[in-house]
Amino acid sequence: MATRPATFKSSDSFSGSLDTYMSSIVDVKSTKEDRSLPPEPTAPVMETQGLNVFYGDFHAVHDVDLAFGRNEITALIGPSGCGKSTVLRCLNRMNDLVTGCRVEGTVTYHDVDIYGKKIDPIEVRRHIGMVFQKPNPFPKSIYDNIAYGPRVIGMKVDDMDAHVEESLRGAALWDEVKDKLKQSAYGLSGGQQQRLCIARTIATHPDIILMDEPCSALDPIATSRIEDLMTELRSTYTIIIVTHNMQQAARVSDRTAFFTAKPDETTGNRTGLLVEYDLTKKIFSTPHDERTEAYISGRFG
Amino acid sequence: MTSTTIEYTRESVQAAVSTGRSRDRNTGSLVFLILLWFSLFFGVMVLLVLIVNTAIDGAPRFDSELLTNYDSTLFPEKTGFRAGILGTVWLMVTTAAMAVPLGIAAALYLEEFADGTRWYNRIIELNLQNLAAVPSVVYGLLAVAVMALIGFQRKGIVLGGAIALALLILPVIIITTREAIRAVPNEIRFGSLALGATMLQTTWRQTLPSSIPGIATGTILGLSRAIGEAAPLLLLGIAGAVRFDPTGVLSPTTALPIQIYATTSQSQEAYQQAAAAAIIVLLVMVLALNGLAIFIRNKFQREW
Repeated sequence: MATRPATFKSSDSFSGSLDTYMSSIVDVKSTKEDRSLPPEPTAPVMETQGLNVFYGDFHAVHDVDLAFGRNEITALIGPSGCGKSTVLRCLNRMNDLVTGCRVEGTVTYHDVDIYGKKIDPIEVRRHIGMVFQKPNPFPKSIYDNIAYGPRVIGMKVDDMDAHVEESLRGAALWDEVKDKLKQSAYGLSGGQQQRLCIARTIATHPDIILMDEPCSALDPIATSRIEDLMTELRSTYTIIIVTHNMQQAARVSDRTAFFTAKPDETTGNRTGLLVEYDLTKKIFSTPHDERTEAYISGRFG
Repeated sequence: MTSTTIEYTRESVQAAVSTGRSRDRNTGSLVFLILLWFSLFFGVMVLLVLIVNTAIDGAPRFDSELLTNYDSTLFPEKTGFRAGILGTVWLMVTTAAMAVPLGIAAALYLEEFADGTRWYNRIIELNLQNLAAVPSVVYGLLAVAVMALIGFQRKGIVLGGAIALALLILPVIIITTREAIRAVPNEIRFGSLALGATMLQTTWRQTLPSSIPGIATGTILGLSRAIGEAAPLLLLGIAGAVRFDPTGVLSPTTALPIQIYATTSQSQEAYQQAAAAAIIVLLVMVLALNGLAIFIRNKFQREW
């Protein structure tokens, strides 16, 4: 596991200039392997085009165009209510479960529109896993939490014990739980529970992992473990993460999409829209849009 | 509007708080408290007097023959409630076998699958609350009609009584099961669905197992309501004078409340004593069921 410097900012807001701000996180960033990525994702694994989301009459997200690169970590950031979690839930059709939610536009996954007519949402979710904001282990043993996914999707597993071990190792949790696999997952700490949820997700060998503010309920030490884990998982999976923590986006992600909420002039309802999408190092050093600069320097949001 | 500033000094505060009296113990508060005590005392005492009185009346008959003998017209002092007790056990088992699967399935539909915005689902919801308040005699009549429809001419059999009782407790089971299902947090469902499980798998393997303690409690409380019912059984022709054990769901039977009712209407003193003793037996059965419900609830209660 990579070591992490002691300087750790848990607060999103920063009152100094952008330069001071960048220098305050630059030593944190230096631990991340320097990846030279093309400015646009080549052969994106997933793309949204003209994505609009409505909850009843409420227009939640307006015209989002994004492309997610394979084996990259993409961060969606922005102030509360800007629709970033809504966009994330569109990517594996979890919004289907919200009453009154309507999605317009296309979300293509390997060039297939997952909102098309012939699409089975269950199969979409088998390919695109999700880790939630609040750790949500099942009220079962640690072992059964991992084995549940492969069992329900009918995955062919020769040796479930080995599969459980491999999944727990993949989430850097094996050493901590190997002696209590039969104990309830509720006995684990919050950070361990969240890594268990990641292990549970990778046990079904998804293609993409969506993470909805996975560290917001965790302390800084547990957070840094999850961040290390994400960097390790990038070699196998494509990761899309929603985060409130800008330092986190700067530390782990390859690309960052900045969203903001625009109030409607007549109704006052706030509709989320994508402001800027670029390589993370560009977003955090030379953003094009002044709203992005205002947000990441802590002057707004 | 002018705002007045209150100046707190050592002296003024001391004078205000150490007055030597508590306003929580003035006459008004005491009268109110006594009123509450009286209400509580009244409710508990009436029940206690009733039970003690019945127990004293039935004291001469607390013997094993009360449980093992059949009803006897020749020897009133040896009359027993074997047929009633066994009949009640048969009725309860059959009632549970019908009401529990139906109740759970209905509750699962309403909570997990029904679209609450559809008019027919809203009507079902509204009527469930009403059904729980329908008098038991009405369910007896309904069961008579059902028995006639499915073509059973024979009166007073286990199946007929069980249908009436199952209809009677179905709303109770549905309502308590819905509450148990609703108590399972959505995060558990979403976690399962996000792994690619179907709604059916999620319900069957996550939601339902997590709500079993609540379902069990509701079912037992429903049964303890059904066990004391006599009125709907009377409509189905379940009689008091039965001198054999029921052998199946199609066997004629009696039930403990019916047999108690039949016995109290006899004039001899010995029958009155036997009836009083049988009432205590029935109470013990009800209390045992309620105790079991409380035990299950406390033992398996889960904090989310």
